[in-house]
Amino acid sequence: MTHVLAAAAPNADTITQHLVWWILAIVSGSAAVAMILVRRAVHCAIMLAVVMLCLATMYAMLGAPFLAFVQIIVYTGAVLMLFLFVLMLIGISSSDSIVEKIKGQRQATGLLAIGLFVLLVVGIGHASLGPAVPQTAANGTNNLSGIATLIFTTYVFPFEATGALLITAALGAMVLAHRERAVPRPTQRELAARRLASGQLAPDPPPGIYALHDAADRPALLPDGTTSGLSVSTTLSPRDVIEAPQFVPAETRVAITAERLEQELAQAGEAES
Amino acid sequence: MSPIYYVTLSVFLFVVGGVGVLVRRNAIVIFMCVELMLNACNLAFVAFASMWGNLHGQVIAFFVMVVAAAEVVVGLAILMAIYRARRSASVDDANLLKY
Repeated sequence: MTHVLAAAAPNADTITQHLVWWILAIVSGSAAVAMILVRRAVHCAIMLAVVMLCLATMYAMLGAPFLAFVQIIVYTGAVLMLFLFVLMLIGISSSDSIVEKIKGQRQATGLLAIGLFVLLVVGIGHASLGPAVPQTAANGTNNLSGIATLIFTTYVFPFEATGALLITAALGAMVLAHRERAVPRPTQRELAARRLASGQLAPDPPPGIYALHDAADRPALLPDGTTSGLSVSTTLSPRDVIEAPQFVPAETRVAITAERLEQELAQAGEAES
Repeated sequence: MSPIYYVTLSVFLFVVGGVGVLVRRNAIVIFMCVELMLNACNLAFVAFASMWGNLHGQVIAFFVMVVAAAEVVVGLAILMAIYRARRSASVDDANLLKY
């Protein structure tokens, strides 16, 4: 795998490289633009994954197979998963408000962006950038050993510092995510007393009791034909997936069952003959 | 292939990420846009490394990835804490220090 990626590096066919670059540039550029245009945060995360995978391919083209794999493993694998994890925690349906708090902010941002882009491109266009030089001398035997040599000689102190940084970050995240209990945890005796005092000894009814189906979105029917809100999960009601109350009188239920039985018997008879 | 192509794409991605940070309101999306800007910088580093024929740019890009991972961990933890207190991930709602 590594030498395949290395073969795509500077010595490979220029036309192929240009073609691959254009494809990757168009895909990643449009994904980046889509990322700031789509309203839902999950779609943003998917677009970001597309950009990161394109960049990983570009690293491979630029003769950095190690970084290409780290990009996929660390960024697309770990960091984006963390993003999705937090998205699931704080509500998958959260989308942006489109109310402008500061007047003319979008127009000003557009102007600023165009200005910055032109400034940077003109500045880089004026610089004299040489062509890509093969990294054979720097790499040593291969790219990985070249990077390892640099990290453990020239950059050994920054490398140690990143170790400290990672530990501090992990501790910081634990401290921030920790929640002190405001009241002591209720004991089993207190829970039992609370349940007795509430007047409802039995657990909540499961969904589907006396209804035609026992799916999780069918509320149980009370003896008078109304539905019991206790029987379905509270997370279902904001999503509008709970079926309308559907009271089926006993005679109808008997009739339906008889009809099904007849059908099955008829099918069995057909199969025999 | 000249590194100028890669650097131009990196500038484009950086600017798009910057626009996202300024325009979007959801704090998680803003974080993602910051990640996009960091990725764009990494691309420039790797492109310049290939121009000079040495590995220093690649090592720096590697360090940027490590720091970005740490930043995401702490940032998302802060976000969770804010969400827990205010039930909102919008940056417009976190304005206690304003008045």
